[in-house]
Amino acid sequence: MQYDWIMGLIGGGLIGLAGALFLLVNGRVMGASGIIGGLVDGSGRSDWAERAALIAGLVTVPAIAALAMGGSETNLTGNWVIIIAAGLLVGIGTRLANGCTSGHGVCGISRLSLRGIVATAFYIGAGGLTMVLFKHVLGVI
Amino acid sequence: MRAVVSFVTGGLFGLGLLISGMTDTNKVQGWLDVFGDWDPTLAFVMGGAIIPMAIAWRYTIGRKPVLAAAFPTPPEPRIGRNLVIGSVMFGMGWGLAGLCPGPAIASLSYGGIGGLVFLVAMLAGMVLTPGLRAHFDSALPAT
Repeated sequence: MQYDWIMGLIGGGLIGLAGALFLLVNGRVMGASGIIGGLVDGSGRSDWAERAALIAGLVTVPAIAALAMGGSETNLTGNWVIIIAAGLLVGIGTRLANGCTSGHGVCGISRLSLRGIVATAFYIGAGGLTMVLFKHVLGVI
Repeated sequence: MRAVVSFVTGGLFGLGLLISGMTDTNKVQGWLDVFGDWDPTLAFVMGGAIIPMAIAWRYTIGRKPVLAAAFPTPPEPRIGRNLVIGSVMFGMGWGLAGLCPGPAIASLSYGGIGGLVFLVAMLAGMVLTPGLRAHFDSALPAT
């Protein structure tokens, strides 16, 4: 759609404001995989309340907003093998690399972190090659 | 108070992901699909998010956070094996399903059973990682 880029810019701005608020007030980096990863592997036990509160906001606010918009759709594939394999890859990969699109991408690139820039180049590159192989060559997604 | 700020942070983050279309896997896969019907939206989302964050990082210089002792110190600029292998694995999963951790959590209420299964698999992968990391590190000493 022709207005998608405007919604992208506005939504992106909100994501950046969220990260700026978390950094300037709580002194922390807003990385989705690190925050939830620390909750499930036990490494974030000392500040679990802060982590759980962020996850609660991340689930409830879009839930209410999606209802207000008359529902939303993720258009996720119905192929269970792909869903489970992709979930495992995203979970292991982001924890091994210590960051995902929000931590390495948004928070890392904005402070000109070499690690963030390199990680982002590798996950976007790997994502692009995955589309070539699994969509255009094998035709399974 | 820190928990309240965390909740507001999560809420703004989730609202941004929903509004920008990043919880729609078609838009994410459309961005990664350079040789298909390429969708540039993700670049605008990244740009829109990086600008306020870059200003915030500038503002931290010589200051302290409102509710904490210090700002996080920059990580060592070491590009290790785990950073590269982990990012490649993440990118593959991101391409296959079109979901990364933030949107996978944010879409919990409307992502259906598939979204829930993805989230459970992702969390299982996160639980397994410390053991896998120890295994990798003992099999191949860090370079």
